[in-house]
Amino acid sequence: MTILTRGPEAVKLPVPAPAVKKRGRWLTITLFLLPAFVLFLLLVVAPILVAGYSSAFRWNGFGGLPTNFIGFDNFTRLFGTEIFAQDLWHLLVLVLFSVCVQLPFSLAIAMLLNQRIRGRALYRVVFFAPYVLSEVITGVLFSLILSPGTGMANRLLSVFGIESEWLADPNTVMPSLFLVMTWKYFGFHMMIYLAGRQNIPNELIEAAQIDGASTWKTFRHITLPLLGPTIRISIFLSVIYTIQLFDLVWILTGGGPSHSSETMAVTMMEYGFKRSQVGYASAISVVMFVLSLVFALIYQRFVMRRDLEGATTNIGGRR
Amino acid sequence: MIHRKKAPARTNTLPMHAIAWVVGAFILIPVIYAFLGGFKANSELSGNPFGLPETWVTANYTDVLGSGSFWLQMWNSTFIAVATTVLTVALAALAGFIFARYAFRGRELLFTVFTAGLMFPFAVAILPIFVLLRTFGLLDNPLGVILTQAAFGLPLTIIILRGFFRSIPGEIEEAAIIDGCTPFGFFWRILLPMARPAIATVSVLAIVGSWNNFMLPLVVFSEEASWTLPLGIQQFQGQYASDTARILAYLVLAMVPALGFYALAERHLVGGLTAGATKG
Repeated sequence: MTILTRGPEAVKLPVPAPAVKKRGRWLTITLFLLPAFVLFLLLVVAPILVAGYSSAFRWNGFGGLPTNFIGFDNFTRLFGTEIFAQDLWHLLVLVLFSVCVQLPFSLAIAMLLNQRIRGRALYRVVFFAPYVLSEVITGVLFSLILSPGTGMANRLLSVFGIESEWLADPNTVMPSLFLVMTWKYFGFHMMIYLAGRQNIPNELIEAAQIDGASTWKTFRHITLPLLGPTIRISIFLSVIYTIQLFDLVWILTGGGPSHSSETMAVTMMEYGFKRSQVGYASAISVVMFVLSLVFALIYQRFVMRRDLEGATTNIGGRR
Repeated sequence: MIHRKKAPARTNTLPMHAIAWVVGAFILIPVIYAFLGGFKANSELSGNPFGLPETWVTANYTDVLGSGSFWLQMWNSTFIAVATTVLTVALAALAGFIFARYAFRGRELLFTVFTAGLMFPFAVAILPIFVLLRTFGLLDNPLGVILTQAAFGLPLTIIILRGFFRSIPGEIEEAAIIDGCTPFGFFWRILLPMARPAIATVSVLAIVGSWNNFMLPLVVFSEEASWTLPLGIQQFQGQYASDTARILAYLVLAMVPALGFYALAERHLVGGLTAGATKG
């Protein structure tokens, strides 16, 4: 990710302007940067700091800044609730599902559509299409399809003797949610993998095949390792997305039945907007923030490190 | 021999097509179900979910198309998407220009502050943003959504544009300066026109992001007059809970702009997303 590739870029700076023009130069820099900087500071940085600040208060969100300081009470209360434990469990389940099922599936389809088969351009366009539909359209569509009475899913599966309440049954709600996520997002990961595959020189793969390697061995020992950086980034994106998952869950289940599909963002919105416990809800958002940050730092430090080195030397060479 | 050599090559693609067809069916059946379902009567929907409608009921579609609220939501979504995109791209292009072509103390630090914005989940900021917009009287005002979306769109847009601006050779800039171009003149008349492909990519990303946004409009807009399409769909589902066919028709009509835009801008969208993910 870009955050990682800054250092060496600074090496080749544009030619410094003559000293006479120095004042005009600073004026240009300030005028050009200021609008973006102010907007970013006001609506991205400040709100996140405020979220951190208000998480230490009991606050209903009204009347200027919060005043009723309670320290870490919001956090101790949060960590003691069953709902929060469930939120974490759901996060873990969805991440595991994504990494072990959705991404390998996307990779397999990407490899399939990398073959010269007829109509592969059309397949790619169709498989990616759900990604451009909003979460709300996707969610409402699948809530109708999965609805127990009139829905298409039960009608279709009754042939195999399967029927379920899907979204209304705590046992099937998470698999159903995961199915909808796969429908919407696998095309995105497939496209990333296809792009990554196109960066691998075909000569390498042809050479392996001429040396007599089977298709599987070529994939296992040539393609897969070379796709490593792409795969690691798609895992990264998938985890960061899952930590803040909201729209789909809100539309499909609202977190129910009885919190069995709730995510942290849903819990936060419940407390922040429906129950006006803004301080407590802020504590939840701080946990989301810290989780994302810690995951990003650890992941980039230990998992994407190799890719980083590769990327930076590449950039140094290209520029 | 020749025959034997050709035969496996032929049969080999058949399983591949079979897999692609199964996946294609998985993707398309829900959409086709919605499209056909919109033409059915509710009583038929449960008995005959897959087949063609016995009688094509067009009322579901025409009712939606004849309703003012659908078109109002369409207009609100379009207006907010366009305004967000213009604002994001304008501010990001100015900043990206400085980050790409000016050397000054603290530049990399400042740039890092922006790129760190990529790591901030939007959900973390939503409560303070709500309080902030309420303080400034920007609730139920499209500006509240536009400004916030632009602010969160800046990091990625700046990164992509900076990368592109860097790739334009310094000789062009020197020539322009010698010919008497001001910095803004160079930016406006030379750099921006040259960066058209990158501008197109970031614009497409901003439009799609804004069009599909749900969380922010959900908390900002309470009055029906300012609702965007996602809010309208959610409300429509609640209002016509038992009228499944009508909801399906609404969904299909709401899909049309997104899918049409995808058909037009597929290259830019996919290119932008994969570039953001693989090159970073």
